[in-house]
Amino acid sequence: MSDASDGRRHHQGRSAASRPGARLRAYLRGQERPPGPFRPEFWRSPLRGPWLTSVFGLVLLVGLPLVAITGLISYAAYDPRLPGNDLTPERGLFGFYLFDWPTSPVWLYRVTQGVHVILGLTLVPILLAKLWSVIPKLFTWPPTGTPAQTLERASLLLLVGGAVFEFVTGILNIQLFYVFPFSFYPAHLYGAWIFLAALAVHIAIKLPRLLTSLRFRSFRQELRTSLRDTRPEPPDPDGLVAAAPAPPTISRRGLLAFVGGGSLTVLGLSAGQTMDGPLRRTALLAPHGRYYGSGPNDFQVNKTAASVGVVAAETGPEWRLTVHGARQVRLSREELLAMPLYTYRLPIACVEGWSTEQTWTGVRLTDLARLGGADGGAGVYVRSLQRGGVFSHVSLSPGQATDPRSLLALRVNGADLSLDHGFPARIMVPNAPGVHNTKWVRELDFRAPP
Amino acid sequence: MRGGISAMRGRIGEARRRARERYGAGLWHLFALFACFGVAAYALTRVIAAGILLGFLLWFLGAVILHDLVVLPLYSAADRRLQRLPAVGDRRPGPSVDYLRVPAGLSGLLLLIWFPLILRASEYNYRKATALSTDPYLGRWLLVTLALFAGSALVYAVRRAAGGRLAGRAHR
Repeated sequence: MSDASDGRRHHQGRSAASRPGARLRAYLRGQERPPGPFRPEFWRSPLRGPWLTSVFGLVLLVGLPLVAITGLISYAAYDPRLPGNDLTPERGLFGFYLFDWPTSPVWLYRVTQGVHVILGLTLVPILLAKLWSVIPKLFTWPPTGTPAQTLERASLLLLVGGAVFEFVTGILNIQLFYVFPFSFYPAHLYGAWIFLAALAVHIAIKLPRLLTSLRFRSFRQELRTSLRDTRPEPPDPDGLVAAAPAPPTISRRGLLAFVGGGSLTVLGLSAGQTMDGPLRRTALLAPHGRYYGSGPNDFQVNKTAASVGVVAAETGPEWRLTVHGARQVRLSREELLAMPLYTYRLPIACVEGWSTEQTWTGVRLTDLARLGGADGGAGVYVRSLQRGGVFSHVSLSPGQATDPRSLLALRVNGADLSLDHGFPARIMVPNAPGVHNTKWVRELDFRAPP
Repeated sequence: MRGGISAMRGRIGEARRRARERYGAGLWHLFALFACFGVAAYALTRVIAAGILLGFLLWFLGAVILHDLVVLPLYSAADRRLQRLPAVGDRRPGPSVDYLRVPAGLSGLLLLIWFPLILRASEYNYRKATALSTDPYLGRWLLVTLALFAGSALVYAVRRAAGGRLAGRAHR
């Protein structure tokens, strides 16, 4: 919505010398502006102005910290300090806040990661609108001013680059579109810190102006202003307001409704992937809102057995679970089913933002620990039949291993697990990120890590 | 003694004022930006330690270029094009361009976010993960697009019926 023809009018600079070399020098010295977007008359939207930018800014001021905090929480939820769990071993000081991820409330990760992904998606239109509203400033000429202005502009590169980088990597990752030439985890984490540093400074510098600009115009009044009465904002020192505005083709309230409508559309078509029941099918445009059928194993699959090299032969009658503790025990599935079984409703909540709650039946991890002559107080290291991949193994913390609801699940919704859901046995830990609920378990090691 | 202190305070104040003038903002501004660049530089050392520097920088700078110099100019140009569509009527001003711009914009937004699913770019990984195909997404997107345009047409028709000629012309 460039609204009314940015770039329609071109101003011919005739002041400097006619020789191209001299003109180039004049550009570089900042005596003259290069043509096109570097000239204020190029930007003609009558809606751009500090008030509009501040409205978008205010929404992001509330939304982005929520996305950031839930993202940082997700990093802690992976318990990266436990052996084998760390996807970013070079994190250094960025791990300063890590804590033991709790098992209660069971829905916590489901909520925080759902907010991280779904709110992030919902903010895309706001971010686009915010960037649109300040685009003339990218072409401010000369690009340098006082040392303060020059430094601030440099930080804006980190801000805009960080924002777009984080949104793009996140959005591509949840669609399993792994086109980036790096592992998602370190890139998204370190990119987030660059973005957050730039965002914090941007807020510190701009918050007073945001508040002033918002006070300057009444939001309610703006909602009552039709296209016919829409006028440009008064000229501002930042040059957001067009020097030569075109007639408006949409009112400010119309633009706000458009952007807000965009957010609601994205939200409405994706939020369903965090819900169970009929609402899930509203997630028409979301990667994991799909309908699998109505059977006990018909819910969201992530990583099929075939994709990680698990074949039916290894999961058949020959399969044994090995438990390491003070002694080593090997158990068949029948022996496991003969142990005391417990049933809990627990969610699977994926880092990709989707989640689903199912009813799991299985053996308590603490019972298995005791069988191996341990108590779970050292946590447990889980190994899967899955070939390779960073999640073919996981360390669960002592808190997770000893929670009575932590199961080696054998059945779901009253039926045996399907192969794609982890048959013959999978981990189900309350409130753990989905990938920590290891499928196709072959070994549980309750010994203290070396 | 007291005079000495106040003279010193004066000199400090004067020095600060001059520093402020030369820098162009309060000193807290400088400290805040240094803190920002410090964190960013440290994050970059982590990126180097992770061994992904080149790809990271390429995508980080590419993100700015892609948005500011490709995506934004493209949708601006598309919007300008939309506004230059010939008016439907002859003398009367035609219906507001917003009846096209809004559904087209929302549809474009959905495509921008979900193109790997809609255009089946992530089919291989998607099938491996979910055991399903990305096939339905193109149809779903087209369906949503159709619904958006139909909704817009409905709003136009209702407004036109309710308010006659004027309402149809310019809603907001």
